[in-house]
Amino acid sequence: MFHPREFKAALKVSVPVMMGYLVLGFAFGLLAVSSGFKWYIAIIMSLIIYAGALQFLAIGLLSLKSGYLDIFIASIMVNIRQSFYGLSLLKKFKKVIFKPYLIFALTDETYALLTTIKEPDSLKKKWYYLYLSVLNQSYWVTGTTLGAIFGLSVSFNTKGLDFSLTALFVVLAIEQYKKIKNYFPFLLGAVASLLGLVLVPRENMLLVSILLSLVAMFIFSKKFEK
Amino acid sequence: MSSEYLFFAIATMVIANYLTRVFPFLFFIKHSPPKFVLFIENNFPPIIMTILIIYSLSSIDFKVAPYGAKEILAVMVTAILHFKFGNYLVSIFAGTIFYMLLVQVV
Repeated sequence: MFHPREFKAALKVSVPVMMGYLVLGFAFGLLAVSSGFKWYIAIIMSLIIYAGALQFLAIGLLSLKSGYLDIFIASIMVNIRQSFYGLSLLKKFKKVIFKPYLIFALTDETYALLTTIKEPDSLKKKWYYLYLSVLNQSYWVTGTTLGAIFGLSVSFNTKGLDFSLTALFVVLAIEQYKKIKNYFPFLLGAVASLLGLVLVPRENMLLVSILLSLVAMFIFSKKFEK
Repeated sequence: MSSEYLFFAIATMVIANYLTRVFPFLFFIKHSPPKFVLFIENNFPPIIMTILIIYSLSSIDFKVAPYGAKEILAVMVTAILHFKFGNYLVSIFAGTIFYMLLVQVV
């Protein structure tokens, strides 16, 4: 059973993620192989972990032979922001298929697409969501594979390639701005993350910034009303 | 690195990662979430995007020259391109190339 209309819509929407994931996945595959991992380990990680920041971190953690508990805690911390993502999707995900997979595939970018871009009402949503999730992961896995192969054969200067992650978030933030037309959440996020950056070590910054901004959100809740 | 260690280490990450993603679905699926949860739902996305921008740049040392100027410049170029053209591919691709040139050539 294939639904070409839903597939085409998902493909169109996923193009920006394709760019980001191919490039970043490529960088990950390249980095993993040049750090001494077998090419297939990099691909397996992209298939069953499927979390950009965590996978890059994993290269370091595994190379240092970190303990399982350390790995577990570090993984939770790096990804704790994701435990808020599902909240925005509870309603959307009420009537979907392969729900455990859709939840598994909720990366930053898939989440952003699902919450930012409004799909036409005429689409069969459950197929559209599934195609979008599968497409995004296929870009990530493809990028990883190409990067790993490339790393085995050629060498070139990849310095600065990881900026594509930043650029992606910049673009997604601007899309959010176009939607809400309110600068305050961005200001709050910026202040919270700068505080996190100054107050705690880098590995805790993300979590602390999120908690700070959550608290601040409720203090300044009036600023969010439109 | 033994393959046994690799297996369990990766399995640990798979479980931790999935736990973070499945969390709200386990806790709020039966009863509708309280008001404060809906408030977070509606307003957190722009905040987290901003945090992720800064987080993705957090390995940069802003205390030494050029004080993160390259990163700030590249973010500005990306943002201007996106406001001007509104095309994800152009903004991300050009922004990244611009940054790579800055760190490799300049």
